[in-house]
Amino acid sequence: MKQSLVPDGEKETMSTSIQTYSLTEKLTFHHGQHKHAFAGGDPVFAAEQRTNAWEQFTKAGLPHAGLEQWRGTNLDKSFETEYVFSTVPAGQGVDIESIFKCAIPHFETYLVTQLNGWYVYNDSPLHTLPNGMIVGSLASAMSRFPELIQNYYGKLSSESIEGLTALNTALALDGIFVYVPDNVTVDETLQMVNLLDSPENLMLHPRNLVILGRNAHLRLVQCDDSINHGITFINSVTEVFLGKDSSLDHYKLQNKDSHSTLINTIYFSQAEGSRLSSNAISLNGGIIRNNSLVKLEGENASAEISGLYLMDKNQHIDNRVFVDHSAPHCQSNEMFKGVLDDHATGVFNGHVLVRRDAQQTVAYQKNNNILLTDKATIDTRPFLEIYADDVKCSHGATVGQLDANALFYIRSRGISEASARILLMYAFAAEIINKISIPELRQRIDDMVKKRLRGELSYCDQCVLHCSAQENKVNFEIDMSKI
Amino acid sequence: MEKESNNILDEVTKGEYKYGFYTDIEMETAPKGLNEDIIRYISARKNEPEWLLEFRLKSYRHWLTMKEPKWAHINYPAIDFQDIIYYAAPKPKKELKSLDEVDPELINTFNKLGISLEEQKRLSGVAVDAVIDSVSVKTTFSDTLAKLGIIFCSFSEAVQKHPDLVKQYLGSVVPHTDNFFASLNSAVFSDGSFCYIPKGVRCPIELSTYFRINAANTGQFERTLIVADEGAYVSYMEGCTAPQRDENQLHAAIVEIVALKDAEVKYSTVQNWYPGDKDGKGGIYNFVTKRGICKGSHSKISWTQVETGSAITWKYPSVILMGDYSIGEFYSVAVTNHHQQADTGTKMVHLGRNTKSTIISKGISAGQSNNSYRGLVRVIKRAENCRNFSQCDSLLLGDKCGAHTFPYIRTENPTSIVEHEATTSKISDDQLFYCQQRGISTESAIGLIVNGYAKEVLQHLPMEFAVEAQKLLSVSLEGSVG
Repeated sequence: MKQSLVPDGEKETMSTSIQTYSLTEKLTFHHGQHKHAFAGGDPVFAAEQRTNAWEQFTKAGLPHAGLEQWRGTNLDKSFETEYVFSTVPAGQGVDIESIFKCAIPHFETYLVTQLNGWYVYNDSPLHTLPNGMIVGSLASAMSRFPELIQNYYGKLSSESIEGLTALNTALALDGIFVYVPDNVTVDETLQMVNLLDSPENLMLHPRNLVILGRNAHLRLVQCDDSINHGITFINSVTEVFLGKDSSLDHYKLQNKDSHSTLINTIYFSQAEGSRLSSNAISLNGGIIRNNSLVKLEGENASAEISGLYLMDKNQHIDNRVFVDHSAPHCQSNEMFKGVLDDHATGVFNGHVLVRRDAQQTVAYQKNNNILLTDKATIDTRPFLEIYADDVKCSHGATVGQLDANALFYIRSRGISEASARILLMYAFAAEIINKISIPELRQRIDDMVKKRLRGELSYCDQCVLHCSAQENKVNFEIDMSKI
Repeated sequence: MEKESNNILDEVTKGEYKYGFYTDIEMETAPKGLNEDIIRYISARKNEPEWLLEFRLKSYRHWLTMKEPKWAHINYPAIDFQDIIYYAAPKPKKELKSLDEVDPELINTFNKLGISLEEQKRLSGVAVDAVIDSVSVKTTFSDTLAKLGIIFCSFSEAVQKHPDLVKQYLGSVVPHTDNFFASLNSAVFSDGSFCYIPKGVRCPIELSTYFRINAANTGQFERTLIVADEGAYVSYMEGCTAPQRDENQLHAAIVEIVALKDAEVKYSTVQNWYPGDKDGKGGIYNFVTKRGICKGSHSKISWTQVETGSAITWKYPSVILMGDYSIGEFYSVAVTNHHQQADTGTKMVHLGRNTKSTIISKGISAGQSNNSYRGLVRVIKRAENCRNFSQCDSLLLGDKCGAHTFPYIRTENPTSIVEHEATTSKISDDQLFYCQQRGISTESAIGLIVNGYAKEVLQHLPMEFAVEAQKLLSVSLEGSVG
């Protein structure tokens, strides 16, 4: 990339000194060189957003630790890598079966995949299912259903002042589009898998859009995974709209390699009476930042956002949850739990905003952490910002360690200290796992967490859910030698 | 009942400031604005040694490189730092030896404030150092204290009489580079109180400072330094008021507390600066840096504050828990009304092993005010077995006010336990109904509930202050406190 930054004529004058360019400069150059548009051309509204977003990005720039919202998470190292920006579609005609197979036993899902940020398909980039649900590439949906998308695309992301979100809007080329029409209950679980297969260092800006009509119901599982890994930087933005009385069960599973950076930003907009349940399970990763921004716009909407993170080595996890109560009689409940081992660092930043008219709001926020070593660090910031008086809001945050009495109790019953510790940590994590409403998925994650706690699970080579121990149940073994 | 409680809320939001009078005392003021000459002028007026002038200039030069911080949850028009008078003093005619020699106008002022020096001297046995417009006018009881070896005097006097102590501890807790307003204060501070409790001495009476901004267009930049030597104990109180003016006045003070081994310092504040009128006009900008350091093991610093005044409060009384087994405490009731804004809280920095801290913060917002708690609890790697408990509750009276909580918790040690909890609610209808059902009027019931809500903090105030604090609560929330 470096040499191409300099026009040929100027090369001579520059040759004496080695120039290095910052990522912002490289992105600026890249933006100037390539015309960014969805395949088939941007509709007017998308083009406008692209231009505005680029302006917004030049103003905001890349995040740095000095920004309040990025306190505790330092991306400087990630920005130093020489990234390749993918602009050539990679998704057509890929035989996804050959490189990816989800290994959750008896887990029947409707699978949609992205490869290096591009929607993967064989015949058609866009499918309309018998029940009216549309699933496919966002780029082709842009040209096929511009009227539909116009009302939604960028509606939430454009309000953000976040530099990386703006960068995504400016450079996004493809992603997944899901539309569930009114009164449709989708029986099958929709599984969105984001695969990376590239020997190069990739920087990606996948963009997804999920629209649920009135009284529509969907279960969505989002997985991030690498097959062949260079150093990767994924800056993903997803906008989700929940129509009146609709419901969405959403799961994010992260089991990444240790040199990847994953910025996962999801906006949720909830209309009257809608119900959201969102779970983020982070088991491994280099730097993970989960940004969940929930806007409760209609009365009687409810949102349950929970997360579990089990980090070790040099991993970093940052969960940011912003819940915006703009309508009365809404409920939100946040619960995040984490165990940090070795040098791992964690950040939790929960922010509940209750606007003036959002009376009768009930909002809870909870963050519990266990530190296992004196090298692990946790930064927790549970914020409440409240402008309405008839509300019930509370938050709690704790940092501690395993209860010595409980540990003693278990050991006194003949269980080794190591097993007792795992048992207690598992019990700590189980509160989040039990919130998962899809039985197969819950069982799988339960097993993975157990394996993770025993140190057996690092990141898997294939799917985030693709583990070697196929259908073997994981049990706690009692180490007789220690008794 | 709806209507009745509305009336009460109306009354609440109409409470007037009772200390808004202005005392006509002959003043000596420096010209407006800030530059090195002004600093030299202040230093010369106070007959300061060279090293102190150097400290001021160093701070000023550093201040010039700093930007005014913008992160707090408050809004105010930009302050023109050149439009402030940095030095204003009652014109001293001669050195005062007893109360009889104090300007009768001043005595009147203090009588109106309800802190009559005379009366307090006789009845409550509280030693008072009164600071008007940044200059300490009278310190009572110095003689009694001197017998125990306790030094309690104005800051200027301490500079003259105990330069070694001042030099040793000045800026040791709040360095001159600490933050924008601390640097400004370090450059231009005019006076304040100094207190030193020698080894093993338990101060028998409560020490007290009273601050008052009197002259127009002046900023008050006082500096308090409290040093408790090994095994010493002191309870220190601070009160503040200001006249009612249409323009905003700046108050940027520094309080430094040093507690050596086994020492205990209890610092109580009743802040009652002029909060501005009902429309948010006028009032004091209270941008204060307060910090204590538990230097030795088993030392303890406790902050108790009742915040009812000032248009904008921006302060975080903090404790650096350096000594092993040291204890930091923070108890706060912050009441905001009308257009007041408060962004207040604490910092507990656990550096030593087995250190403990407790944070109890109670916010009450009424009218169109905004009340934020912002606190930091930090445990570093080597600080084993630390314990922190924080509780921050907010009460909302009225639907136009805001209550916010911004806790920051950073832990790097696996053996420490940090807990934080917070709730935000209005006075529950159930509680109100319960009281009314037993024949208690709405007004008394609200009073009862608010009092009970704040009690956890009020009980930590010294007797003399607890009475004043309750009076203040009733002024600030007039009609709702029984």
